[in-house]
Amino acid sequence: MNKLQQAIAMLHEVDSEAGRSGDRSRIHPAARLFVNVLFILLTVSFHKYNMMGLLSMGLYLLITGIWEELSFLKGLKRIRYILFLIALLGMANLFFDRNIIFQFGSMNITGGMISMATLFIKGVFTVYAAYFLLMETGIEGSCAALGSFGIPKGGVTVVLLTYRYLILLLKEVQRMLQAYQLRAPGQKGIHIRAWGSFVGLLLLRTMERGKDVYDSMLLRGYGGEGLWKEAGSRQISSGLSVVYAAAWTLALGALRVFPVFQIAGSLFG
Amino acid sequence: MAEIEVSHLTFSYDGKRDVLSDMSFRIGEGETVGLIGANGTGKSTLLKLLVGLLSDHQGSILADGVKVDKKSLETVRRKIGYVFQDSDSQLFLSTVYEDVAFGPRNYGYSGEEVEKRVMEALGQVHMEEYRDRQIYRLSGGQKKLASIATILSMEPKILLFDEPSIALDPRNRRQLIHILKEMKGLKLIASHDLDLVLDTCQRTILIAGGSIVFDGNTRDILTDEKLLRENGLELPLSLSRST
Repeated sequence: MNKLQQAIAMLHEVDSEAGRSGDRSRIHPAARLFVNVLFILLTVSFHKYNMMGLLSMGLYLLITGIWEELSFLKGLKRIRYILFLIALLGMANLFFDRNIIFQFGSMNITGGMISMATLFIKGVFTVYAAYFLLMETGIEGSCAALGSFGIPKGGVTVVLLTYRYLILLLKEVQRMLQAYQLRAPGQKGIHIRAWGSFVGLLLLRTMERGKDVYDSMLLRGYGGEGLWKEAGSRQISSGLSVVYAAAWTLALGALRVFPVFQIAGSLFG
Repeated sequence: MAEIEVSHLTFSYDGKRDVLSDMSFRIGEGETVGLIGANGTGKSTLLKLLVGLLSDHQGSILADGVKVDKKSLETVRRKIGYVFQDSDSQLFLSTVYEDVAFGPRNYGYSGEEVEKRVMEALGQVHMEEYRDRQIYRLSGGQKKLASIATILSMEPKILLFDEPSIALDPRNRRQLIHILKEMKGLKLIASHDLDLVLDTCQRTILIAGGSIVFDGNTRDILTDEKLLRENGLELPLSLSRST
């Protein structure tokens, strides 16, 4: 399987794994979105040198991952490119912040090293949170949550259709690439002279396919919201959703305010 | 009474060359009509005009007594179901259930009614066991049946099919023919698969150069080798073997 096929398979996998049935799926996507946004806001609010406090926020991801039966390793595989990008960005801190914070043996630990690490951890946590949200609710559920928070339906539709369009685009790229490669044996990638027509044709083909899909939606009474509204209301328990959101709000607040690891250390130390 | 009435229909994409020219016909309630013709003769264009995906035509189209124009699109689309040639264009949600439920939900039916319609539609195409299957895991034949179910769940009075048997293997094709025969209501089937037309349609319209060349009994036209050849078609395989 080439990288393109892997990407398409991954999107399909996310679709099929997301929003599985069971008690967990009875929580309203809006409650999940609220908790995830709160988690992200609290995570990024940590001071750049407060690594221990930041690490304690990982408990949320750990508990969510276990409760939702989500694989951390699979998740890591899926988001590895974004993490690589975050690591690259964080490296700049090494050059801008050279204050020595403490010494570890004979090694000077600078502020840049710690802030690079905290930036990376913040990146890992926020990307994991977004990934978990998508896995918990599915794209339709996430859009339902956005809709229930008052995001204009036009905006929510764009989010959903962009996600769906991405799959169409990847499939068209795959078809065209296969057709090209079968007639260009031994050639790696696409020759630069063919790029113009390849990209142009790709856009035309995906636009045409996108139009067909949109026509099919119109013919079935699509008026701008039916795509996600049901996903946000089926088998939902309002009580469970409120308890879920309230409990996590308290827990995340506590993790942000109290040095949980130090308290635990002093208890067992 | 569900019927289609087309009067002096003329349509052009570019305003220069007419794809359909002064076309008139009427299809009555419960009729199953085949629409045949060589490539580029305007079969798909005609279907898209009937359902209002194309507009700016001359002449008139009446679907179940409603004039098809920009103002009546919502009403017309409740009456007419259109099955696309390419199932991938029709199916865009994650599971079979979600896709089949898409239409009824848009029309504001209750959860129970949606569930009922979905199961009935899947039952009609014998796909009940696939309700929770991911779309991408379906075979080509299953996708075609699922895309028909997406239309049936809206319970349209009129059904339009654009090349329904394209890319189907013999077994799936046979199943499709069986399902088409079982379906009630007015059906207009545009197809190059003349055997399918012979099997499912009592009446056939042959178009060439944007005009109707023949409109009558299916067996009469599909046994007329000369007429078929003149219009870029050939005898159906089942008939050519027996002659």
